[in-house]
Amino acid sequence: MQPPGLRLTGRLDLVPGEGGGPPLPPLALSAPAGRWTCLLGPSGVGKSTLLRLLAGLPTGVGFAGEASDDAGRPLDGRVSWMAQSDLLLPWLSVSENVVLGARLRRERPDRARAREMIEAVGLGPHAAKTPSELSGGMRQRAALARLLMEDRPVALLDEPFGALDVRTRAEMQALAFRALAGRTVLLVTHDAHEAARLGHRILLLTESGLVEAEPPAGEPIRDPAGAEVLAAQASLTRRLLSRDPVAEARA
Amino acid sequence: MRGGSAAGGLAAALALLAIWQGVVWATAVAPFILPSPLRVAQALWTSRALIAEHGAITLVEVLAGLALGAILGAGTAIQLALSPLARRLLLPALVFSQAVPVFALAPILTLWMGYGIGSKILMTVLIIYFPVTSAFYDGLRRTDPALLDLSAVMGGSRWSELMRLRVPAALPDLASGLRLAAVYAPIGAVIGEWVGASKGLGYLMLLANGRAKTDLMFAALFVLALGAVLLYVLLGLAARRLERWSRTGR
Repeated sequence: MQPPGLRLTGRLDLVPGEGGGPPLPPLALSAPAGRWTCLLGPSGVGKSTLLRLLAGLPTGVGFAGEASDDAGRPLDGRVSWMAQSDLLLPWLSVSENVVLGARLRRERPDRARAREMIEAVGLGPHAAKTPSELSGGMRQRAALARLLMEDRPVALLDEPFGALDVRTRAEMQALAFRALAGRTVLLVTHDAHEAARLGHRILLLTESGLVEAEPPAGEPIRDPAGAEVLAAQASLTRRLLSRDPVAEARA
Repeated sequence: MRGGSAAGGLAAALALLAIWQGVVWATAVAPFILPSPLRVAQALWTSRALIAEHGAITLVEVLAGLALGAILGAGTAIQLALSPLARRLLLPALVFSQAVPVFALAPILTLWMGYGIGSKILMTVLIIYFPVTSAFYDGLRRTDPALLDLSAVMGGSRWSELMRLRVPAALPDLASGLRLAAVYAPIGAVIGEWVGASKGLGYLMLLANGRAKTDLMFAALFVLALGAVLLYVLLGLAARRLERWSRTGR
């Protein structure tokens, strides 16, 4: 499985008629194959919209441009998607939730593989439980197992760890990073620390546009309390606060 | 809590009976105007075979009407959720149909379908069809959009998306539609019987009233009310189970 890189170029008309801010300049986003790209930015600036464009989902905003793999081919059927909310069906057990994709496509679910994925995220003893019996962190693990079950070369993650406490988040990051090795991952986040810990590549999206930031030294996944990560978090936070990181990057 | 409300209901019923008996004693009203609860109880006992016979007919009408109405209503809701064409054609017609008082249709239904149970079943179906359809359709429309996104990314077909996500998620709404239907269904059957029938509790009440057998009329009314409450409670329990399942899978 050779994962594709991602490419998105074009102009986004964010929330037509609302806010009245200046339109975003044209964007050119690329995510290298088989690596983690973190798209960092404040809420409401269009991070999730970019992710949805790559996932082929409706966005409700105007977009003139294209979202494709790095060879310009459409991504249909090659992406998986994970959101901040776990989106588990409350009436199904963990193992039934994990095979939801096959059910929706009317395929026969691969039970053995589902069991493997559930084991891989550490939910082995809980496979028969329903989501209401699991903690928030466990539910997010189940959602990760569902995503792994899809076995798509591209994973689009929309703040999947945003609602978790610090320790659970750190564990989930490590688990997801391990489990998604070899896939092209685009992670949308508003957490500078998360981007500094996980990104091979870090992109900053703010009202003034998209700009690349230097990731900390060393390969991800990095030590969450390491000096490089914390320094990068500080610098990313400063740039998020400055409101015009594009100009700052030019300077 | 539930035991408390049952005890409260019983106390209220007993109080009502006491007031009723008191009014009869105090005013010495003629029994054919207002029979005492005791006389009604006697009529209930002496005419038990008659009431049971007519009650069975009404029960069949109500249950058949409920089942048919629920199936038709749920089917329509699914059609509406699936097809924009159905929404364009059916929704206005559905809303318009609610402007017609269904009761006013009862004579026509009797004319078309005769004095048998058919016209009563149809009447019941007509009365519960709209609440079931509208409650379930509302639920189907309110599926979490993020779930539909997930299904789209996974490549789910529209049909399996409906059957595996939208319908299960909307079952609590269908349940509240059915709760309403349980209240309306006996009304539909009885109205059908009033307009023209040769059997059923509604018919028996009309007959007893016409012959100044007011105690029998009240006895039949009592059985009807009891049946309606029972139906409501049973369907309510079923509805609660559906809601629980949809929330927790158990």
